Amino acid sequence: MSGDHHHPHGDKAHDHDSHAPVSEAHDISSESALLERALRELLIEKNIFTAGDLRRQIELTESRTPELGAKVVARAWTDAQYKARLLADAKPAIENLLGIDLNLTPELTVVENTAARHHVICCTLCSCYPRAVLGIPPAWYKSPEYRARVVREPREVLAEFGTQLPDDVEIRVVDSTADMRYMVLPLRPRDTGHLSEQELIALITRDSMIGVSVLAGSQY
Amino acid sequence: MTHAVHDLGGQPAGPIEFAEHERTFFDQRVDAMMRILAHPEHGHYTVDAMRRAVESLPENQYFELGYYERWVRAIKQLVVEKGLLSEDELNCKLAALRSEQRPA
Repeated sequence: MSGDHHHPHGDKAHDHDSHAPVSEAHDISSESALLERALRELLIEKNIFTAGDLRRQIELTESRTPELGAKVVARAWTDAQYKARLLADAKPAIENLLGIDLNLTPELTVVENTAARHHVICCTLCSCYPRAVLGIPPAWYKSPEYRARVVREPREVLAEFGTQLPDDVEIRVVDSTADMRYMVLPLRPRDTGHLSEQELIALITRDSMIGVSVLAGSQY
Repeated sequence: MTHAVHDLGGQPAGPIEFAEHERTFFDQRVDAMMRILAHPEHGHYTVDAMRRAVESLPENQYFELGYYERWVRAIKQLVVEKGLLSEDELNCKLAALRSEQRPA
């Protein structure tokens, strides 16, 4: 598809005007629902998978939440050796800490935010996300608006999340792929030295591990 | 400059919409089906094949369809390509489901 060509037939409501802002529909059509049911029933009938397989896969997916990522972050904040291992090779460090199997997970890199450099993750091409440690991506992460803009105007996009960083803080936007995912290690808030690991976990938000927000009390 | 439909980085776009969509059974099932079929143990297809199928949807469909609606079409394309189901089987099944839904 050309990004530049014009559609001479303006009567086609379904044409996507390549100069118009990108956006997408949200409602599920009955046609899509029907197709899902047809595929599911036929594939189960043919023993490609069972209804039980489907249920177990849904349960596994739903069991992955940002709490997992928060545990990794809290440990990295409190254990310098762990942090070094995590930044050097994230998957084994996460598997050991959480007792989960990341064998089937694409490569995963943890990028560290500092007072001088902030990271924000995205996937311009689709929706790649560190699901193993953050769960299902939020809808906005998959939206054309986020995918299109965050790489061009990260400060403006962060501002829409209520995140203002000083001008001298470098912002690095990290674009994920099907084979390489990223998670942000957020800056540890000031005056949290007395908190337990459990208390730290409670402070850590999903958005801070995506990099669209910083934790309250972060000092630049 | 030409770019593929899914290659959105740097394109003009409006403000970020923060509304979280309710995760439906439809979403969950399509997500699970894709993962099971792409599981290396089963080897029906790869995640890369899945992406190719999603990314080759016509441009109007890409934006008109919701996220998992794109996925369900990609799954359909791949299971037919890989010979897990035939186009005929699917069409028969769809026709049967439609007549079931039609009020008597």
